[in-house]
Amino acid sequence: MQMLVAKYNYWIYITLMMIGLYAMIAKNNLVKKIVGMSIFQTAIILFYVSIGAKRGATIPIIEHGHGEGHGAGTHMVHAVDYINPLPHVLMLTAIVVAVATLGVALALAIRVYNRYNTLEEDEILAQIREK
Amino acid sequence: MIWQLDLAILTLVVIAGIGAITVKDLLGAAILFGAYSFMMCLLWSIMGAVDVSFTEASVGAGASTVFFVAAVFRTTRRTKD
Amino acid sequence: MKIIGLIIAVLTGALLIYGTVDFPGWADPASPASTHLSPHFIEKTMEETSVPNIVTAVLADYRSYDTMFETTVIFSGGVVCFILLRIFRRKEPEDRLYRHVLTGATIRVKEGGKIPPDSDDFERIDTLWTPHDLIIKTVCRLLIPFIQLFGLYVIAHGHHSPGGGFQGGVILGASIMLLAISQDLRTAVQRMREKVDALLSPTGVFIYAGTGALCLLLGLNFMDYSALASVLYVDPVTARSHGILIVEIGVGVAVMATIIWIYNNLSSAGKYDEGL
Repeated sequence: MQMLVAKYNYWIYITLMMIGLYAMIAKNNLVKKIVGMSIFQTAIILFYVSIGAKRGATIPIIEHGHGEGHGAGTHMVHAVDYINPLPHVLMLTAIVVAVATLGVALALAIRVYNRYNTLEEDEILAQIREK
Repeated sequence: MIWQLDLAILTLVVIAGIGAITVKDLLGAAILFGAYSFMMCLLWSIMGAVDVSFTEASVGAGASTVFFVAAVFRTTRRTKD
Repeated sequence: MKIIGLIIAVLTGALLIYGTVDFPGWADPASPASTHLSPHFIEKTMEETSVPNIVTAVLADYRSYDTMFETTVIFSGGVVCFILLRIFRRKEPEDRLYRHVLTGATIRVKEGGKIPPDSDDFERIDTLWTPHDLIIKTVCRLLIPFIQLFGLYVIAHGHHSPGGGFQGGVILGASIMLLAISQDLRTAVQRMREKVDALLSPTGVFIYAGTGALCLLLGLNFMDYSALASVLYVDPVTARSHGILIVEIGVGVAVMATIIWIYNNLSSAGKYDEGL
């Protein structure tokens, strides 16, 4: 029971990741595969961000008064009070790169559709074999 | 962090994810993926990752969904699975 | 294939769940990730850069190499979409369709025929043209300036609140995408031409890399913004804060132009006609 409370979040992240993996392997439609890839990506980002979560801490923006210069020495900042910001930084750039790669994947899907007039993997393979 | 809210949104995320890959219409899949991204953004703001959730709200739920809809519009809505 | 996929997914999932046994508990303040390295950043960022938002400071200052190459990846994504999809049609189609905006009458201009004078009364349309809703058009027209203003605010205020170049750039790009959806792609491309997109996205990367190179020229390391203190006439700590702002503007410009460029290519399949 102790372990269930501490770990159930991780298990649901893994479930999401496996939904994405299953879609990438087993789905026949190219756009469905791309949706699966995006779900997989987001699940990994979710897992990564959850590493930085900290109970009893606030968001990683330091409280500061107005007009107190650099804030150095005016009050101490304690690391326990703020969430770990490093996973956030890594994943923030990953999300924006994900949208650029998503654009490339969809562009490839459009090119495949223009050439073979279908998005189904088996029909495309059958057309390639005929040639 | 409120664990009831966390659990409810996690359930909705899993439902939206399964829906996005099982629905037999690509436009529906695109919209369900947008819903999935938005739930994800709520999950991150519960964890306190405000910058990440802001990015996901603008990129995942906004731009990605529009890209999917544009690609589906230029190809076809029909799918076998 | 479906059964094999299901077996692979279940097996991998079971292995990963077995792996979580060794993990620290969820949101544990004593986990290794929260006790090594990150306390240094949390405690020292305000003194060293005078930026309250630690994420922005780490993104654009401590890890600026990473962000610079991420921006390059986004630019490459835009270029790849352009190369894959763009179709340059040498000759125009034989018949062009024009719609008189006030009356709604459509006229067809044969090849070699006189094109209507370049006035606001006529609008070029395609065979796929569908009438747009007046309410949607008007509301979007009213909303777009405010969305753009908010995007600029997000870029400029990234030091003190959540936000920064990536988010602001996407919001600015989304405002142009909203114009393209509510009107049509031609209207949006008239506001922001393809050449502008293609110029702005490398310009953003150059602003970023140029700031880093300027620091190198001024005698410190690449991307060490405290070197800008002698140029901006401020102390080194404030110079780092200003350096982060310049870099965020570069990121914002690159992301905005690339998002619009990818959308234009995707929604018209490279033909730049009506769009969605």
